[in-house]
Amino acid sequence: MASKGDWVRLEQIVLKPEERALQLPEDTARVPLMLWVKGWLVEDTAPGGWAKVTTLSGREAEGRLLEGQTDYNHSFGPAIPELMQIAAGLKARLFGGRDEG
Amino acid sequence: MRDSSYQAVMARRGDIMKAAVGLDYAAFESGGMAFDYEAMMAAPGLSIEEVIAIERGYAVGNTPLIALKNITALARSCSKPGYGASIFLKDEACNPSGSFKARRAALSVEIARRRGYKGVITATSGNYGAAVASCAAKAGLKCIVVQECFDSRGVGQPEIIEKARKCEALGAEVLQLSVGPELFYVFLRLLEDTGYFNASLYTPYAILGVETLGWEIAHQCLAEIGQYPDVVAVTNAGGGNLTGTARGLLKAGCHCYIAAASVNLQGLHMASDRDFNRKSFTTGHTGFGMPYSTWPDRSDVPRSAARPLRYMDSYHTLAQGEVFYMTEALAALEGLERGPAGNTSLAAAFSLAQAMPRDQVIVVQETEYTGAGKHPTAQLNFAKQNGIDLLVGDPADEVPGQSIVLPAAPEQLRARPADLDHLKKSLIRNARRAYPGLVRQADIRFLAEETRSDSAFVRRQLEEEP
Repeated sequence: MASKGDWVRLEQIVLKPEERALQLPEDTARVPLMLWVKGWLVEDTAPGGWAKVTTLSGREAEGRLLEGQTDYNHSFGPAIPELMQIAAGLKARLFGGRDEG
Repeated sequence: MRDSSYQAVMARRGDIMKAAVGLDYAAFESGGMAFDYEAMMAAPGLSIEEVIAIERGYAVGNTPLIALKNITALARSCSKPGYGASIFLKDEACNPSGSFKARRAALSVEIARRRGYKGVITATSGNYGAAVASCAAKAGLKCIVVQECFDSRGVGQPEIIEKARKCEALGAEVLQLSVGPELFYVFLRLLEDTGYFNASLYTPYAILGVETLGWEIAHQCLAEIGQYPDVVAVTNAGGGNLTGTARGLLKAGCHCYIAAASVNLQGLHMASDRDFNRKSFTTGHTGFGMPYSTWPDRSDVPRSAARPLRYMDSYHTLAQGEVFYMTEALAALEGLERGPAGNTSLAAAFSLAQAMPRDQVIVVQETEYTGAGKHPTAQLNFAKQNGIDLLVGDPADEVPGQSIVLPAAPEQLRARPADLDHLKKSLIRNARRAYPGLVRQADIRFLAEETRSDSAFVRRQLEEEP
């Protein structure tokens, strides 16, 4: 159960496939247009239930309550050796093989 | 009770836009193809000095011009003797919110504030969202940003997720959508429901905002190098960056060569759910650059202030791998860690400088901030997760949506020229399609201005396609 005042994420179907714009690529045309919005929960709601939130701009928005989806998980990920090798190659080319000895 | 169905809202778009932009576009129309572009640009009644003053109020502008000595040396090592122009960089990442978009946002938000709007809304998956959020925070206005962020699997493009994070950090509400042009319908409904200002990228205010960038480049080059730049390389997507910069250079008395640059994503469909996460660049690419240069009025406003074919001298494309390569080079050789999309023009300049004499100057017109999600490491990891091959070799072999090819050596980085005449012909064809009625003298003159050509060129094209 999510409580009133929790920071949560809601999901909405804006347009069902049959309601979508004409002349879309086939892969887009066959899926719904979805919307996601975050806000402060207006009243206690069970995950999966229809909820209302107050958004950061002070509007009220509604949608299906999603559980645990407000994290920022984007990152850098593992180091990419092919990128790192660019630096080494360019430095050697410009500044030469200087002996540190 | 208003009909909020897709068809009904789209039918009301004219009225919604009129209320949300506060500009009577009909006043510039002639009844046909032609409209008075310069009258539209003069309508806000702001001199460039006034625009500069507005931007100062938002702590925007006056960014450093940096001599890229090591990258210039590298370009010279790839050039014939006597060639290799000096490469300079305008560090627009120094703006609040981290990109040149701050210039557009400062004007848009200030106009909204002066006119008494309680809030601003912008439809963008790019840096413009954070720029508007940042300026709105300063102005005490509410802000809503509408992004296209997720595919139908619920996988978000990491760069756009970072942009959402930044907007929220700056106090803006962010609405994220799955793939599709019907984002515009959501945007229209929000404008109608809230009565907020449309901080569009394509109003005269937004383009006036970018003019100060060109103006600064001209003045800084004179003051710091002793000459105007010979070439300014500008990343091109929706056309506003290029249009504003070119107009600002001209207003400063600088008639230099304007080279547009876009990442090549040809073959990927911009409205395709499947293609959405198969690209590593969400802006500064041909997916916007080609359609918007050949039909500017596809913008959210009836007549776009961004009309790049009026100003560009050439248009070049770069492989994704080439831009990632130059992003690493900028960090390793100049100590500047910047976001990749903003380095598209840097990659172009690196190539173009090699064909220019040593005593000439080429300015890279922007940089953008970087971080989680935006960084090349983040984008290349995301690409790998989406089945894209990462290779080192000849970037000419890169296939957008299938591979990213990092050059094995700097000599392999080659900005490829697009056929500008072909683009101009496309614009004329698209104008004809949109306005199938009688073509008047005024329309011929207009099309000649739109394509930076002459009436003979326009007439020939019109005759070829009835």
